[in-house]
Amino acid sequence: MILEYIGVDEINGSLIAIDGIKDAFFEEMVDIKLQNGTTRHGRIVRIDGERAVIQVFEGTTSISLTNTSVRLKCKPMEIALSPEIVGRIFDGAGRSIDGLGEIFPDEYRNINGTPINPVSRIYPKNYIRTGISTIDVLTTLIRGQKLPIFSGSGMSHNELAVQIVRQAQICDNADSFCVVFAAMGVKNDVADYFKRCFEESGVLERVVMFLNLSNDPIIERILTPRCALTAAEYLAFNQNKHVLVIMTDMTPYCEALREFSSSKEEIPGRKGYPGYLYSDLASLYERAGMIKGSTGSVTQIPILTMPNDDITHPIPDLTGYITEGQIVLDRELHSKGIYPPVNVLPSLSRLMKDGIGEGYTREDHSALANQLFSSYAKVTDARSLASVIGEDELSFTDKKYIEFGKAFEEQFVNQGNSANRTIDESLDLGWRLLSILPKSELDRIDDVMLKKYMPK
Amino acid sequence: MERINRIFGINGPVVTVKDTKDFSMSEMVYVGENKLVGEVIGINNKLTTIQVYEETTGLRPGDAVTGTGAPLNITLGPGILDNIFDGIERPLKAIENISGAFIKGGACVPSLDENRLWDVTVTVKEGDVLYGGSVYATLPETPAITHKVMVPPEISGTVIKAEKSGQYRVNDCIVVLKDSLGITHKLTLCQKWAIRKPRPIKERLGNDIPLITGQRIIDTLFPIAKGGAAAIPGGFGTGKTMTQHQLAKWCDADIIIYVGCGERGNEMSDVLNEFSHLIDPKNNRPMTDRTSLIANTSNMPVAAREASIYTGVTLAEYYRDMGYDVALMADSTSRWAEALREISGRLEEMPAEEGFPAYLPSRLSEFYERAGRCETLGGETGSVTLIGAVSPQGSDFSEPVTQNTKRFIRCFWALDKSLAYSRHYPAINWNLSYSEYFADLDRWFEEKCGKDFLQYRSSITSLLQEENRLMEIVKLIGSDVLPDDQKLIIETARVIRIGFLQQNAFHSDDTFVSLEKQKLMMKTILHLYKSVKELVSQGIPLSLAKEAGLFEKLIKMKYDIPNNNLSMFDDYIKETDSTINSIKENN
Repeated sequence: MILEYIGVDEINGSLIAIDGIKDAFFEEMVDIKLQNGTTRHGRIVRIDGERAVIQVFEGTTSISLTNTSVRLKCKPMEIALSPEIVGRIFDGAGRSIDGLGEIFPDEYRNINGTPINPVSRIYPKNYIRTGISTIDVLTTLIRGQKLPIFSGSGMSHNELAVQIVRQAQICDNADSFCVVFAAMGVKNDVADYFKRCFEESGVLERVVMFLNLSNDPIIERILTPRCALTAAEYLAFNQNKHVLVIMTDMTPYCEALREFSSSKEEIPGRKGYPGYLYSDLASLYERAGMIKGSTGSVTQIPILTMPNDDITHPIPDLTGYITEGQIVLDRELHSKGIYPPVNVLPSLSRLMKDGIGEGYTREDHSALANQLFSSYAKVTDARSLASVIGEDELSFTDKKYIEFGKAFEEQFVNQGNSANRTIDESLDLGWRLLSILPKSELDRIDDVMLKKYMPK
Repeated sequence: MERINRIFGINGPVVTVKDTKDFSMSEMVYVGENKLVGEVIGINNKLTTIQVYEETTGLRPGDAVTGTGAPLNITLGPGILDNIFDGIERPLKAIENISGAFIKGGACVPSLDENRLWDVTVTVKEGDVLYGGSVYATLPETPAITHKVMVPPEISGTVIKAEKSGQYRVNDCIVVLKDSLGITHKLTLCQKWAIRKPRPIKERLGNDIPLITGQRIIDTLFPIAKGGAAAIPGGFGTGKTMTQHQLAKWCDADIIIYVGCGERGNEMSDVLNEFSHLIDPKNNRPMTDRTSLIANTSNMPVAAREASIYTGVTLAEYYRDMGYDVALMADSTSRWAEALREISGRLEEMPAEEGFPAYLPSRLSEFYERAGRCETLGGETGSVTLIGAVSPQGSDFSEPVTQNTKRFIRCFWALDKSLAYSRHYPAINWNLSYSEYFADLDRWFEEKCGKDFLQYRSSITSLLQEENRLMEIVKLIGSDVLPDDQKLIIETARVIRIGFLQQNAFHSDDTFVSLEKQKLMMKTILHLYKSVKELVSQGIPLSLAKEAGLFEKLIKMKYDIPNNNLSMFDDYIKETDSTINSIKENN
């Protein structure tokens, strides 16, 4: 028998509380019927005896203490899945919004997912060629990795994400490639930009979109990445596809979480974010990977705009501790007109160590990448010295570093959004740039390699 | 009639039970139909509060909560090595067999394989008197490690029955003891132990033997003692995990316990992968033979993450009691502290610094105090060395976890962002790091490596300090204006930094370096410094020595001199001398 509870006992932000509920379970879904005939959805987030606290996804506007009836649905938050979801557009809570109607589900799945057993994971090793020198050579993207883009408002992170999708040769067989796109709190035009770009590059029929735009209910924003990742896991591990998940933007997601947490009157941690922000982000990011018994993979590229370009802000900070590296964009490079404005020094790919070198990319890759990092780090020192004593007063070596730094930024980093460089092109370019420096400065490369690859 | 206790409230991983007096503090309980494991963390007149170690989705008020009458404990016995567990010692491989690639809640699997037969040698006979910690049987747990089965610490008595040596399972009764009160105890191959209680020892011993790691900057500049405690703080991407891996692979402990506490799943699969392929040179067996992994990744339940550190250290103490030197790597203790914060927040406790609970320092000290070298109850000597990674929020070492950890450890290996950016690994900053074990260990180094080892070390340290001072000037006016003797210090420090402190974990020779090679490397570098210093004091420009390639050669000697041909160092010194002489003659 399905019971309906008339009226609520407390309304606070997006939460309502009802007394006298029997037999509800934790995280159960509820339908909230208003007197005007509309139905909203909610989830039980706390139970104290017969008092249940319910989170209302569409907001509590116009709910009063008497005008509602609440019905328990006897199931946790689930979305419908079938191979047909590819090419479709859903809202943040997994309801179809492209006017093509409901899908016929193969199965329903709890959007919270369950953690992958570490024993069942396959360690990711296959690299994805993106055609972007800074990524391919210095922060190689590996299939099954989670590699976020740390950006700031106004920078070209969206363009970069689209370019990666367009150029990524994620696998040998195009049929088994698809994209899951989750928009959280982004503007309508940004979502349109992605849609248009997917269309132009001809991948739109292989994209599943989950859109929670900036004017959509905030609480649904907490569900959006979970719906997207559940779909991604289904496509990867049940349909054996290689799935690239783009999640933009993580910052509004975390802010939604903070809003939700404070309305629950939880004790805040850093900058008002809840103490469980790390665990919550981990429950999203850790859903990338490959597992035994399936040929598919989930690769994540979350995009986050760092508030005030501050990399120590809790959101980028905690993200960096969970993800396997990061691609950091730099405002100074951006304003110099360099695209993509990747600041290579703080950028990193943790998984590249096993996915590059002989048999994967080229034998000299690791040594070259190390040398480029180490040399470019010295450019910074030379520049700060030049700003004190003037460039003319620099020693010969330091002048060479300044020259190298300039060439590195203009030729290696800067490549424009249409250039699709092969790995050999990128590596050779790296060697050409290193030849600017005196040989004695190349301390990360052994002589055999130098002889073989250094241009005469 | 026995009363059934039922769930009253649910809030994330915290569950409450109303109006009951059946539970005791820290008691382990089973919650709900699926028997999720939980622990009692608070009791008052009205409510008993329980933290649940698994996902609580689907629990209902009214579901049964049953007590076990004992605090949260784990099973200690053969089968721990070469295995991987979650935070409360559930075997992940066995869980995979039951529920596939995704972990489902309420998996009730015994920690140790109950059907596996072990070749047990029983070492006692009827009439023997045994005490807590006495060994009554041994068995080869892996080809590399002999497992000693010990009487639980709180039991002693006379053997009234002992089985013959042969094949037994973990739960088979091997020995029956009768204690002074006439109570009989059936002893099997395993025992239970509460994870939050340190296992007793007879006596603490001094920390005067170093843990040799083969990592130059650690062994030479910041050594750690067997039984010591160290912290590796560093922001993301500075190489905490790589450093932990290197230490786990190469340090000279007998047993490694690796706790992945709230870290990445792919990282654990990397460890699994790599350790099973890595052959230990000492016995030609894979590393996994002497390793036990505890993997509670960041997306696994947060309460179990809190427990995983204690589970790890309890396993470590168990093997210490057998007389082994155990090293425990905890990656990372910050995630554990955050788990404390998360649960404390759910309990609505009054927060102290940055939302962490006020008991954070006491919990940290309880953990790090479980390190130590000691005489065990059984009369053996064993040690537990704790090496904890710390992930400071915003890479700021003044945050509470780093600061509180610093008070309870004596070895601080600070990882530095700018070193990591220039890919200088291990990115241990030699100006911020310290080791307080010098005084305890100097005697050992003097005996094993000779007095000159200590002299070289202090020369290297003072050169680096001198460089640090000079770099302040260089940053302002450039290096060209410095006099030659100061330029020489900068040049030598460069050789030390790149040629000595930097170490390539992926290079077959450089990944592990013996103390002897470390000493010879220091000797060669200091010899060059002394010779060139003499040259410079005679008014010969430093640039001549630089152009002769003397410094560059030493930077690459870590690769050029193989680990098994240390006599080549003599050639290097001779070559330095002859080059210097020819410079002298030509000027």
